[in-house]
Amino acid sequence: MSDGHSHTEPPSTPALRIKALESLLVEKGVVDAGAVDEIIDVFENRIGPRNGAKVVARAWTDPAYKARLLIDGSQAIAELGFTGMQGEDMVVLENTPKVHNVVVCTLCSCYPWPTLGLPPTWYKAAPYRSRVVIEPRKVLAEFGVHVPPDIEVRVWDSNAEIRYMVLPMRPAGTEGWDEDRLAGLVTRDSMIGVGQPKAAA
Amino acid sequence: MNGIHDLGGMQGFGPIVREDDEPVFHAEWERHVFAVAMLALGGAGIQVDEMRHAIERMPAADYLTTTYYEHWLHACETLLLEKGVITAGELDRRVADLAKTEGV
Repeated sequence: MSDGHSHTEPPSTPALRIKALESLLVEKGVVDAGAVDEIIDVFENRIGPRNGAKVVARAWTDPAYKARLLIDGSQAIAELGFTGMQGEDMVVLENTPKVHNVVVCTLCSCYPWPTLGLPPTWYKAAPYRSRVVIEPRKVLAEFGVHVPPDIEVRVWDSNAEIRYMVLPMRPAGTEGWDEDRLAGLVTRDSMIGVGQPKAAA
Repeated sequence: MNGIHDLGGMQGFGPIVREDDEPVFHAEWERHVFAVAMLALGGAGIQVDEMRHAIERMPAADYLTTTYYEHWLHACETLLLEKGVITAGELDRRVADLAKTEGV
């Protein structure tokens, strides 16, 4: 795989290579075996779009919070306890009756980990990254989001520092709902901009 | 630097394939690539930008025909070798040893 390796041997599987790499790094004290399991647990079980849904639900119910969120995303999100790598410079994009926002990382996989967790495979793969910037309405339609021609579509390409999250519009018929109930309507895709929140049941 | 990773606006990559209720990781090795890479960032003094750059330096054909966590694994190996944290010889030996014991 890497330069300098023999190319006469059959290629080894990623499973074998990472096992070899991890065992070497543990022996050398570069990596702590317990920390490996801890990181896996955090990213697999403890952070994910439920965090972002809480941020959205708070913004829907608390106008002062929403104002703070749109001015300084990182700070307002930290108020709810969501901080950490890939969330240091958050910009929250508000969908309105005139503007629909959608997020991509054309270069790789930038994504707001503290609020959305790790990105889905399609977000990291070539088809979405290449296409959403040239034909966003068509891509959105494939996701089931049909944006009328009179609504502007803004595509935000993440970069090395800034991480974007969409604040979708609050669904109709949810007057008086509390935050927990509202958070249940907020989907991961609605915070990327390729979906809408669930409708009020 | 311009390169294959700069995919925005390119055509011909086919449909966007989505998976319902997609798991965070699809295999045990992916979990370990992610965690080891995260820890190597700190333990070996590797910057996030170096990881990204190491992925961007992949040969274009390799980049397009390997999966996301294979990119990470490649970047991790590349940087650990370049920084002298591990040597190609010891990594190859360990892979070969494991291949024997695990019957791969």
